[in-house]
Amino acid sequence: MNSVAFIALAVFTLAAALAAALLPKLVHAALCFAAAFVGVAGFYFLLGAEFVGLVQIFVYVGAVAVLIVFTILLTRRETEREPGFHWSGLLVAGAVFAGLVWAIVKTGGLNRAAPPSVTLTVRQIGEALMTDYVWPLQCVGLVLTAALIGALVLVMEEKR
Amino acid sequence: MTPMLSTFLLLSAALFCIGLLAALSRRHAIFILIGIEMMLAAAGLNFIAFWRFGPQPAPPTGVMVTIFAIAIAAAEAAVGLALVIAVYRHYRTTNVDQIDQLKG
Repeated sequence: MNSVAFIALAVFTLAAALAAALLPKLVHAALCFAAAFVGVAGFYFLLGAEFVGLVQIFVYVGAVAVLIVFTILLTRRETEREPGFHWSGLLVAGAVFAGLVWAIVKTGGLNRAAPPSVTLTVRQIGEALMTDYVWPLQCVGLVLTAALIGALVLVMEEKR
Repeated sequence: MTPMLSTFLLLSAALFCIGLLAALSRRHAIFILIGIEMMLAAAGLNFIAFWRFGPQPAPPTGVMVTIFAIAIAAAEAAVGLALVIAVYRHYRTTNVDQIDQLKG
């Protein structure tokens, strides 16, 4: 695992995520959100889970980011001024981060290097999905169908 | 020096807290959804890191959980954004501080 690639990806991902959280313009934040998820997909590639990285790019950058941009388009009003920023959230997020860092540093056995090589083929993932994970797969299909029908019902124009 | 498991955990903790910051501090409903998506992605990164650094069982459990989490997150984003549009139609605003009808 290359440490230069790791540092570059980490800086890119965290900078894009911070920009998505702090930029005042909604559209800029949505584009930074897409960039942050490209960075997360890069980490999946780095860790040897290429299929998950591709799924992440397809779903987040391809679908969710476009959905967010369309929602911004449908709910934008030129007259409305940008809502404020609650700085108390920074306190909570900082406290949670400090707690997580404390827990990670205190836990023994986490300072290990990766096993030398790993092979995870799409065939293995498909076989696992069709044998051990067939019930979760069906449930996820049901959840996705119900969620998409529910989303359509929510945004349908009300009849008057 | 190659990155350790704890490095990945620290990174995903940072990503989680940035998402938490966005969800707690921004007053725009879409930003809150973006923050929640970031927190879910941080959890997925943890699953993949533990899978890569762990003993790697025959069915790749960490990878499977991450794939299912991505699918659930996509469903959540679709319903959440539909709710934002429905609320906007009703109240003509997406500022969550102004949607306080249920406040006692």
